[in-house]
Amino acid sequence: MKPIRVLIAKPGLDGHDRGAKVVAQALRDAGMEVIYTGLRQTPEMVVKAALEEDVDVVGLSLHSGAHMTLFPRVLQLLQEAGLGHVLLTGGGVIPEKERLALQEQGVGTLFGPGTPTSALAAYIEEEVARRRASG
Amino acid sequence: MSVADAILRGDRQALARGLSQVEALGAEAVALLDAVWSRTGRARRVGITGPPGAGKSTLVARLVRLFREADRKVGVVAVDPSSAFTGGALLGDRHRMSREAFDEQVFVRSLASRGSLGGLSRAAPAALDLMDAAGFDLLLVETVGVGQVEIEVAATADSVVVVLSPESGDAVQAMKAGLLEIADVLCINKSDREGADALAASLESMLDRREAPWRPPVVRTNALESAAALHEALAAHAAYLDENGHLEERRNEGFTRRLRNLVADLVAEAVLGGAGPEIDQAVADVSAGRRSILGAARRAAEAIVP
Repeated sequence: MKPIRVLIAKPGLDGHDRGAKVVAQALRDAGMEVIYTGLRQTPEMVVKAALEEDVDVVGLSLHSGAHMTLFPRVLQLLQEAGLGHVLLTGGGVIPEKERLALQEQGVGTLFGPGTPTSALAAYIEEEVARRRASG
Repeated sequence: MSVADAILRGDRQALARGLSQVEALGAEAVALLDAVWSRTGRARRVGITGPPGAGKSTLVARLVRLFREADRKVGVVAVDPSSAFTGGALLGDRHRMSREAFDEQVFVRSLASRGSLGGLSRAAPAALDLMDAAGFDLLLVETVGVGQVEIEVAATADSVVVVLSPESGDAVQAMKAGLLEIADVLCINKSDREGADALAASLESMLDRREAPWRPPVVRTNALESAAALHEALAAHAAYLDENGHLEERRNEGFTRRLRNLVADLVAEAVLGGAGPEIDQAVADVSAGRRSILGAARRAAEAIVP
């Protein structure tokens, strides 16, 4: 079976990439192919990379407070690029209410501080299996 | 429209999907590659290899910028190792070229080596074939220069750059790894660091003892600033290839090598698929002390292919 491919990106201007690196490593250890794109990515850069790398998942790490702008923007660009099948997920400091609002718009589950990385890996595995099965 | 047609028309998403098929190396990949083969051969391929930490990805980013300034359409295949334990991989080359990769005329694909024996040596050159057919003028393939397969992949290119840095060890280390013999250009990166002169001198003296129609130039770069010297050396090698049919000769040698390896792999797979009893017998002979490994292997091979 094709390994799960995940793009990990940090859009926006905050420079805190430790969380993103920990997540990238944890997903690699869970057997996934993780493309790490690093800091200061624009939504357009994230989506171009997601397309070229043919990923199953895009994970955004956000600590800047711009999540209500950046997640919907990436989601919209993914859809416009014909990548509606790609799971958009991520984490950072995001209040519960806004997390739910984003999920309602079609973003996947978002994870807050203190989430064990195994929970994230399990969620991705399950969600990708479901999406691959539904074609 | 088929995936192959879409790729030939420059559809980027089709290319991305096609590359995934090629990586999986299944029946889909064979059909796709057959369908586009006649459209390959136009792109120039440059292989970049060298020890970890020599600065290959940063150098590739700089080269991409220079080739873009010359208005070439650039494809990059960056190979990183998969974990032998989990099969996962952390592909970080894109990280070093995020600005260059954003250009619409640049396509970057990260490949994991995926551990399986021979997998990478089939998948990576085939990925380049697909990008070639998709209409890129210049293809860069970057691999870590440890391990025969990674080195071989870089060696399938028209021009091979071996990147060393003053702290990556002396010229003897590079020679041991089999890097020097495949180099068309030797690039000392991080050349502002101590030891660059000594490394350059020892590389030159090794080249003095080698007789070949093309003497690899030893160029110095500091990839944080510029890769202009490397870009010029590549232009010189390209000009050399364009003279007297060198390019055609080199490509034919490359096809022969790739074909021989592939046919050998495929035959071995086909033959070994049904050779369980002979191998079991050989293992039993070795464990019981009746035969050496070499002796038992020969006997099994003769039993399988009389």
